[in-house]
Amino acid sequence: MLEYRVEIALWAISGIIPFFMLNIWTNNNLNESINISDVMLSRYFLCAFFVRQFSVVWVVFSFEEDSLMGKVSPYLIQPLNPFFRYFAQHLAEQITRFPFALIIAFFFFIFNPESIWIPNLGILLLSIVSTFLSFLIQFLIQSIVACLCFWTEKASSIERLLFIPTLFLSGLLAPVVSFPAYVKSWIYLTPFPYLIDFPANLLSGNETNISGGLSMQILWILLLFPLFKKIWFEGTKKYTAMGS
Amino acid sequence: MNLRKYLKVYKKFLHTSLASELEYKTNILVDLITAILSLVGSIFLLSIFFQNNGYIGGWKFEQALIIQAIYTILNGITNTWFNPNLTEIVKHIREGTLDFVLLKPIDSQFFISLKKINPSGFLEIMLGFLLLFFCIRINQINLNLSFLTLSFITIGCSICILYSLWFFISTTTVWFVKTWNAIEVLRSFLYIGRFPLNSFSFSLRIFFSVFIPIAFITTIPSEVFLGLSVFWKILLEVIVATVFLITSRKFWLFALKFYSSASS
Repeated sequence: MLEYRVEIALWAISGIIPFFMLNIWTNNNLNESINISDVMLSRYFLCAFFVRQFSVVWVVFSFEEDSLMGKVSPYLIQPLNPFFRYFAQHLAEQITRFPFALIIAFFFFIFNPESIWIPNLGILLLSIVSTFLSFLIQFLIQSIVACLCFWTEKASSIERLLFIPTLFLSGLLAPVVSFPAYVKSWIYLTPFPYLIDFPANLLSGNETNISGGLSMQILWILLLFPLFKKIWFEGTKKYTAMGS
Repeated sequence: MNLRKYLKVYKKFLHTSLASELEYKTNILVDLITAILSLVGSIFLLSIFFQNNGYIGGWKFEQALIIQAIYTILNGITNTWFNPNLTEIVKHIREGTLDFVLLKPIDSQFFISLKKINPSGFLEIMLGFLLLFFCIRINQINLNLSFLTLSFITIGCSICILYSLWFFISTTTVWFVKTWNAIEVLRSFLYIGRFPLNSFSFSLRIFFSVFIPIAFITTIPSEVFLGLSVFWKILLEVIVATVFLITSRKFWLFALKFYSSASS
């Protein structure tokens, strides 16, 4: 992974959309209407950036390429689910990404010195846990989509479709608190606000329901995991290797 | 330059790539839903910004919708032509197949930029035009000849700038081999084209008009639609577009000097 330092640095930069959004929010004083101060909002978006950096998943693209190239066949013979391989790759890249994310945060604090804060240890640990849970949810969803490769060749277009609600409803572009009431009434039942909004609120010290959020995250994982196992089982039965 | 030959070749390109893309029909349907959802999502985001404010950066909601429409059209063009072709450059260089392109008795930039087409982008372009017509109605814009020519010129220039940006990034593959991530960076920067330039702070405004002219791409055409545009801005956009096109061409020829083919 360290061989691709430039790439990972660029990846980190490509995640800076939350900062552009923050700029729109504060520059137009939009935050006054939702009762969040400038400082809290900038902390929120910084945390959203961090959570996004450590919960990005691209397993569907790797798996699609491997399955089109026929690389999945040797993986299937191995006594280990190939998704563990992708899982390990994701974790390794997240660790390499950490210093770059810190550098971006450093620059952020130079421009916004008033938003520096130190979360207490308990909150920090909890938010790391919830970021990891958010990563797990996204990893499971994408793995399920990736398994669709067994039926259709291009599963990545389904992933692009699912990415749209993730982008707009997860809180990456606007905190869920600011959403209109007709959306807020159902959004907490979907997995989206637990992907970015909940961990980011937790870490930045904004108001949030800690136990409720964590339990919803775990609930979604418990729902998605059997589904993944089922679709993986069906898919591998359907799978025909090259030349067979 | 033999224009007729190029037109004929392009017809063939269209034919082959349409034929291969239409093999994945469900894919096109999924892409259409994605385009619709993405438009709905950005209008939703815009409505959050406007829910308690009448103006953002001096733009009303109805006016900001024009920017969304133009962004959608340009994004559709990107998905139809730039994205499928220019990401291919990365593959050509990694696998050494660029040799075959260079050997062909045809301009390499032409071949590389127009070889493929992704028909699902058309739907997004149409969606953008629909929204644009809707905006023209709700903003009560009078259509006349000078307005139409101006809007064609500015949108044309936006397309040129967008193309050059994509082409620049893809050309750097000659040195860096893997530029997927640079393309991601460009994508995330382009994202701000969905919002009026004036809604950003001064420093970002400078950055996005001097270093990466994303500001020109959507804001100036929208200003033309609203009749707010100033002559020097349009002139500036034309100049920027020409400069970008010429330098991207020069940069490609320069980069090719550094290209060492697969086995050398």
